[in-house]
Amino acid sequence: MTAALRCVIVRDLLLAARRSSDVLTVLLFFVIVVSLFPLGVGPEPALLRTIAPGVIWVAALLASMLALQRMFASDHADGTLEQMLLGATPLGITVAAKVFAHWVTSGLPLVLISPVLALQFDFPQELLGVLALSLALGTPVLSLIGAIGAALTLGLRGGGALLSLLVLPLYVPVLIIGAGASEAAASGLGGHAQLLLLGALLVFAWAFAPWATAVALRISVE
Amino acid sequence: MRGERKLFGALNFTLPGGELLRIGGANGSGKTSLLRIACGLLEPTRGEVRWGGEDIRRLQEEFRRQLVYIGHADAIKEDLTSAENLQIACTLAGVRTRPAQIGEALRRLGLAGCEHLLARVLSRGQRRRVALARLALSEQVPLWVLDEPFTALDAAAMDCVRGMIAEQVARGASVIYTTHHGTEIAAGTAQRIELGSGPSA
Amino acid sequence: MNWFKYSSPQTFFSLAGKLAAWFGVLAAIACGLGLYLGFFVAPTDAQQGEAYRIIFIHVPAAWMSMFLYLVMAFWAGLGLAFNTRLSGMMASAIAPTGALFTFLALWTGSLWGKPTWGTWWVWDARLTSELILLFLYFGFMALQAAIDDPRRADKAGAVLALVGVVNIPIIYFSVKWWNTLHQGASVSLTKAPTMAATMLTGMAVMACGFWFYSIAAALMRARCIMLERERASEWVVEYARGSA
Repeated sequence: MTAALRCVIVRDLLLAARRSSDVLTVLLFFVIVVSLFPLGVGPEPALLRTIAPGVIWVAALLASMLALQRMFASDHADGTLEQMLLGATPLGITVAAKVFAHWVTSGLPLVLISPVLALQFDFPQELLGVLALSLALGTPVLSLIGAIGAALTLGLRGGGALLSLLVLPLYVPVLIIGAGASEAAASGLGGHAQLLLLGALLVFAWAFAPWATAVALRISVE
Repeated sequence: MRGERKLFGALNFTLPGGELLRIGGANGSGKTSLLRIACGLLEPTRGEVRWGGEDIRRLQEEFRRQLVYIGHADAIKEDLTSAENLQIACTLAGVRTRPAQIGEALRRLGLAGCEHLLARVLSRGQRRRVALARLALSEQVPLWVLDEPFTALDAAAMDCVRGMIAEQVARGASVIYTTHHGTEIAAGTAQRIELGSGPSA
Repeated sequence: MNWFKYSSPQTFFSLAGKLAAWFGVLAAIACGLGLYLGFFVAPTDAQQGEAYRIIFIHVPAAWMSMFLYLVMAFWAGLGLAFNTRLSGMMASAIAPTGALFTFLALWTGSLWGKPTWGTWWVWDARLTSELILLFLYFGFMALQAAIDDPRRADKAGAVLALVGVVNIPIIYFSVKWWNTLHQGASVSLTKAPTMAATMLTGMAVMACGFWFYSIAAALMRARCIMLERERASEWVVEYARGSA
C-alpha cells in the first residue's frame, strides 16, 4: 500500500514538474490579487497593516480554488482516474495521496511566499511566523475540502463557477479562524488558540474528506 | 438505464474460468456500460454482479485485485514516458514489476525503442499498445475486461493481442471483450452475447 | 400498514396529493392564527416598540431554514445509503422551500435591523450564518441543476448535503466566535425582547404554520419531480391521459 501511495505522490509531482506553468500561474494569481487590494483601498499604512492577514487569506482561498480544477480533471479526461478507482488500494488512500501532492504544488508555494507579500503591507515582522503557520495549517484543509467539491463537479459544465459556489461556504470557518490567528497575534493576545483550532480542523478534514471525496468520485465516474 | 433510455434488461450470464466472452452489438447498444457494470464502475439499475459467489460491492479491493480493465480511453498520461506509464499502472493495480519486465512487455507489443519517449509524441496506435502492454504483465490476473482492444491497432499488433488473450484463456482465466472487428479468437469455450437482440450463446 | 408500499413513486404519488391538500389547509389556518397572535394579541415591546413584531416571521423562518436543511440531508443520506429513488426526490423537493425560508429570515432580519440599529445589514453571527446557509442551499440546487443524469444528481447532491450538515455547526460556531471578537458596542440580535407568554405562543404557532406549509410545498414539488422523472413509465402516461 505504501508503494502505491508513494507512486501516486511521485506521479503527481512529476506531472506538475513537467507542466510547471500550471503551478506558476496559480502562484502568480495569488501575488496579483494580493497586490490589487492596496490599489483598491488606498496606500495608507495603518489600514493596510490591519487588513493584511485578511487579504492574504482571501487571496489564498481564491488561488486555492483556482488550482482545484487541476486535481481530477486531467485524470478523468484521459482515463487514468478510472484505473485508480479499480486499483488495489482503497480509493480514500489514493485520494489522500493526490490531495497531498496537490497541496505541495498549490498550497505550499503560497505559504512560502506569504511572508514576502505581508511585508508589502508593512505587517510586523515578528508576526510573520504566525501568518505563515496559519496558512501552512489552513491551506491543506482548503485542499481537502476542495477535493470533495472537485470530485462532485467532475466533468460538469459550469465548472469553475459551480465549484466555487459549492466550496466557498465550506471554506468560511477556515478563513475566519486562519485570519483570526494573525489578528489575535497582532492585538497581543497570541494566535495559539486559533492555530490549535486550525490543527484540529486539519486532523478532522484529513480523517473524513478523502473518504467523502472517494464516494463523490465513484458517483461522478459512473 | 442510461439517462432516460433503457439499455438492456434481464441479462443473465455466468463466465467460468478458462472461458472467453465476446459481447457484440450496434453502437449505443450498451456494450461499454455492460463492461463497466461488470467491473463495478457503474451500478446496475437492477441486479447484481458476483465474483466467486459474492457480490462485488462487498468484495471491493479483493475483487479489483483480480481484475484488469482496459477501457476506451488509454489511461495514459501524455507527460509521462511509456515506461513510466506502464510502471505506474502496474503499481496502482498492485502488480509488482521489475524494470526489465516493463521493457519486455513494451517490446512484446512492438514498442521496442519507445520506453523513454513521452506519450505525447506517440501515435494513437502506439498509445493503445502501451495501454495493452499491461496485459503482458497481468498473467496472474484471473479476469480481463477489454473494451474494444483492437481499435487503432495494425495487423501485427492485433495478432499479438489475440495471442495474449488466447494464452490467458488457456491459463484458466476469464476474458470478456467487445469488438467491432469480425475476427474470432481461437480459444477454449467461447460465449457470445449480442446486445440489442437478446442473449445467444 | 405496509409502509414500504409507499416507497414506490407510483403509490406515493396519490398519497402525496391528498396529504399536500390537507397540510395546505392546516398551514393556512396555523399561519393565520400565528399572524393574528403576533400582530394583534402580543403586547408592545418596551424597548423596540412595534417594529419587533417582525420577529414572529423572522424567528420561525430561521428555525425552519435550519430544520429543513437537516431534513433534506436526512432524505438525501437515506437515498445514498439505500439507493431508493423516492428519498432523493424528497431531498430535491425540500431544497427550494428551505432556501425560501432562509431568504425570508435574511430579509426580515434586515427589515428588523433598519429601525432598530439604523442599518440594513449587520454582520451579526446569526444573519451571517443564515447567509452562508443560503449559499449552501443554492450550491445544492445548482449542483443538481448542472447534472443531467437524475441518479448522479441525487447521489452527488446527497454527498454535498451531508458534507454541509457536518459543516453547519462548525460554520455557526466560527461565525459566532468571529462576531463576538469583532463586536463593538452594537446590540446583539440574540437579545430578543423578554418573552411574554403570548409572544412565545405566537412564534410557536407560526413555526407550526411554516412547517405545515413546508410539508405541503415539498409534497407538491415531489409530485412534479416524480412525473418528470418517471414520464416514460405507464402510470404517468395513464395519469396524463386521465387528467387531459
